[in-house]
Amino acid sequence: MSSVRPDSADVIIIGGGHNGLVCAATLARAGQSVLVLEAAEHVGGMAITRRFAEGFKVSAAAHLFNQMPLSLVRDLNLKHHGLAFAATDLPTIGLSPDEAPLRMGDLDALNVRSEADARAYAPFDRRMNRFGKLIHAILASTPPRLGTTLWEDKWALAKMALKLRLLGRKEMRELLRIIGMNAYDLFEDEFQTPVLKGVLGFDAIVGSNFGPRAPGTVLTYLYRRAAEVSADSSTFVQPIGGLGTVTQALARAAEAAGARIRTQAPVARILVENDHASGVLLESGETIVANTVISNVDAKTTFLNLLGTEHLDTGFVRRIDHFRSAGMTAKLHLALAKRPNFTGVKPEWLGGRLVLSPSLNELERAFNPTKYQSVSATPALEITIPTIHDSSLAPTGQHVLSSVVQYVPYSIKGGWQTHRAALTTQLIDLLDQHAPGLRDSVVAAELLTPEDLEKEFRVTGGHWHHGDLAFDQFYMVRPVPGATQYQTPLPGLYLCGASSHPGGGVMGLAGRHAAHRVMSKSP
Amino acid sequence: MNTPLAPHYKKPLWETPFAERARALQQRDSYVPWAGYSTVDVFTTVEQEYFAIRNATTLFDLTPMVKYRIAGPDAERYVNRLVTRDIRKLKVGRVSYVVWCNDAGHLIDDGTVFRIAEHDFRICTAERQLDWFMDSAIGFKVEIEEVTSEIAALAVQGPTSCFVLKRLGLEGVEQLKPFEWRNLSAAGRPVMVSRTGFTGDLGYELWMRPEHALGLWDDLMDAGQSRGIRPIGSQALNMARIEAGFLMPNVDFISAEHTIRLNRDRSPLELGLEWLIDFDKPHFNGRRALLEENRVGPKRRLVGLDVAGNKPAHGALLYSDEAGLKEVGHVTSAMWSPTCKRNIALAMINTPHEGLGSTVWADVYLNRELMWERRMLRSQVVERPFFAPARRRATPPNDR
Ligand SMILES: Cc1cc2nc3c(=O)[nH]c(=O)nc-3n(C[C@H](O)[C@H](O)[C@H](O)COP(=O)(O)OP(=O)(O)OC[C@H]3O[C@@H](n4cnc5c(N)ncnc54)[C@H](O)[C@@H]3O)c2cc1C
Repeated sequence: MSSVRPDSADVIIIGGGHNGLVCAATLARAGQSVLVLEAAEHVGGMAITRRFAEGFKVSAAAHLFNQMPLSLVRDLNLKHHGLAFAATDLPTIGLSPDEAPLRMGDLDALNVRSEADARAYAPFDRRMNRFGKLIHAILASTPPRLGTTLWEDKWALAKMALKLRLLGRKEMRELLRIIGMNAYDLFEDEFQTPVLKGVLGFDAIVGSNFGPRAPGTVLTYLYRRAAEVSADSSTFVQPIGGLGTVTQALARAAEAAGARIRTQAPVARILVENDHASGVLLESGETIVANTVISNVDAKTTFLNLLGTEHLDTGFVRRIDHFRSAGMTAKLHLALAKRPNFTGVKPEWLGGRLVLSPSLNELERAFNPTKYQSVSATPALEITIPTIHDSSLAPTGQHVLSSVVQYVPYSIKGGWQTHRAALTTQLIDLLDQHAPGLRDSVVAAELLTPEDLEKEFRVTGGHWHHGDLAFDQFYMVRPVPGATQYQTPLPGLYLCGASSHPGGGVMGLAGRHAAHRVMSKSP
Repeated sequence: MNTPLAPHYKKPLWETPFAERARALQQRDSYVPWAGYSTVDVFTTVEQEYFAIRNATTLFDLTPMVKYRIAGPDAERYVNRLVTRDIRKLKVGRVSYVVWCNDAGHLIDDGTVFRIAEHDFRICTAERQLDWFMDSAIGFKVEIEEVTSEIAALAVQGPTSCFVLKRLGLEGVEQLKPFEWRNLSAAGRPVMVSRTGFTGDLGYELWMRPEHALGLWDDLMDAGQSRGIRPIGSQALNMARIEAGFLMPNVDFISAEHTIRLNRDRSPLELGLEWLIDFDKPHFNGRRALLEENRVGPKRRLVGLDVAGNKPAHGALLYSDEAGLKEVGHVTSAMWSPTCKRNIALAMINTPHEGLGSTVWADVYLNRELMWERRMLRSQVVERPFFAPARRRATPPNDR
């Protein structure tokens, strides 16, 4: 019983990543008819839980939940829709071949290694918290426009200037001194203990394309702190059932508010009529009409493939084409027959966040080969063993190890076909050095290089943030001038994904800001 | 087959395939660089050359004109998105005068588009555009190639030019309508002939392979002997183009890709080129910005001026009052027009002082034996072009 009338909605959202879902829920609650079109079999984008070996499940890209404001979780009633936490306040443990594991924030343990560090840590942490909160104000709002004449934009700029001023003269100067600096210099100035600096450095560069010595890495560090430390946010959390639970709850929240979600509905083109977005064409050939189209898909794909450059001006296309979006982060998934035993890691730490980044120099060294399209023998790792808190992910008594692998280039000399297996073995060997016996307990392994992430999640470059978070792709100019404030040069077309401010991470703010922007524009 | 050009670090200025003949005929050692080539500014005297344009036949070497070949399945869509006119209407065998803009709707350059075949275009332009053209190709199946040195080009302009070309043996040349081109041949040499030009007069442009350049030049000079044919340099051409009201890049506007200061970019609306913009065709570069500018109206416009007296108002500032209290614009090109017997100028004037018939005052400085005298010359906004003889359009042209 096929109807002749094409499907339609007020708003189409292309992509059911967490940002698309937040956007859908927000708009649907405001009474708009919303249709989410997701290419994959399930919603969630880079925040899903899926099988990777017989009987084993894992959070396939994002594996820690630490960035979404609690207010958003509450507003959308996510707990009611199935979100529950297996563990919260996960500790971060620094691993090193040269030092015993260090729990971050453990001043007594630090004092043993360096009294100076133990003294310096708390004031440093407080200051970073303060700066983080200020940056949080940036995350929590739609960026103003440059060269603006609108009072709302001017007001936003003025508010930011005021917040900066309210830090006090000394602190303001300090922030302005460090904000353009590199993480390496800042942490070298502050501390002595290598593994402490290594872990701080890791937090400054994870998900990005930079070594700790690259300018702008203090900004990315503060950025991450901002999402974590703000009173509004939770710390590291592991949802029951993995990150997929978050996006499943978001989907239910959206549907409860009246949004419709269609999976396995890849969009081929954004349709344009009279220089206004008018709907989409699915790969299946089906046309769906709408007044507003919002893209959760990365900016490059949205403009260059889905919309098509013929609807855009050359200068804009040039900027989108230059939007740096090659990913540098891979994901390793191991199915383990037994619980791994990390040397020196206390049992109560094992369910935490284990960061293998022994020092800033090691980190920089891990970055170096990527410049020449190859990969270091000792990349930095962020390891979680979600089965410690959540037995639903593996057969009884067995475990899942999920690790972010930092500094794995998008393209490698010779192609990933020839390197993937070798790198997987190499990573297992590296882990085995810190958890003797792990190698022999590996039942199955999966390595997702940026190229694999690109394919599985349909994200250009497989980039964590859909595109580098760096000064020139940041805030008021993210993703590029002409596509800021979630709007695009084409009337009726908006962006709501990680390409837009404030970038990636399972935060939901791009989706929320975009929804508000759309509502403020529609009558 | 095209002659490889020496790299610029070895030879800062190239010679065109006509250089040998031009060198023999020029009597002033007056050369100017143009797009990487050395070209003649004046052969004998500007006056002689100028009057040949309006009364006889002239040869102007326009080989340095930058030429791009744009071909591929998306060529039409590509060119249509690049320029402001609707290129879908351009048939094979025709030429169109076009401009292209940046995102802000500001002019990057103007030029001519030849439709060579369904999926094959040639764009001729005064300056190199490869960067903009290549970036404009993102998302289009087209190949863009600069073919400047592969094509020698000669403008043959003047009231007797059709006669000369017929005498040369270009059969059927008299049938060419303005903005048409055809592949013809003269003494076995294939020549592409277009009825285009920069003089506002009857005239043609000849496009040929470089190896035919000298032979064709010689035959032309023979064929035109009885019609006062002579080569001309860029100075005389510049006079003719001002009379015709044509714009000169870097004189009447600066490419938006080259301006540094704010508010130095110019839109086609400001330059009086709104007739080149088709808002009804699919999206093109700058469309959204131009629509908005069109809605609020341009801030200034390029107009023709008739200036009192006979002293060219080169670069003069323009005032709305004789006392010079309120500045409203400036002159971009100026000359005494020998044919119109008028003191003419092209000027950029702020709205609302630019309307046809408005009076503005040109602040002109005259050097009288090292003493500067200042004159406020009453100037009136008049129609452009200043000179538009019927013969430029007549087909077939009067061929005496
Ligand atoms: C290896 C890795 C580890 C990470 N770890 C963490 C972490 O621990 N914590 C954290 O907070 N963040 C983490 N991130 C970042 C986080 O996963 C992303 O930033 C975030 O998921 C992006 O969400 P999004 O909704 O903006 O886009 P996406 O999740 O990319 O969603 C886009 C959606 O659009 C769909 N789509 C694409 N094309 C089409 C089309 N043509 N038609 C229809 N649908 C389409 C895709 O299928 C996808 O569902 C990690 C990222 C990576 C790569």
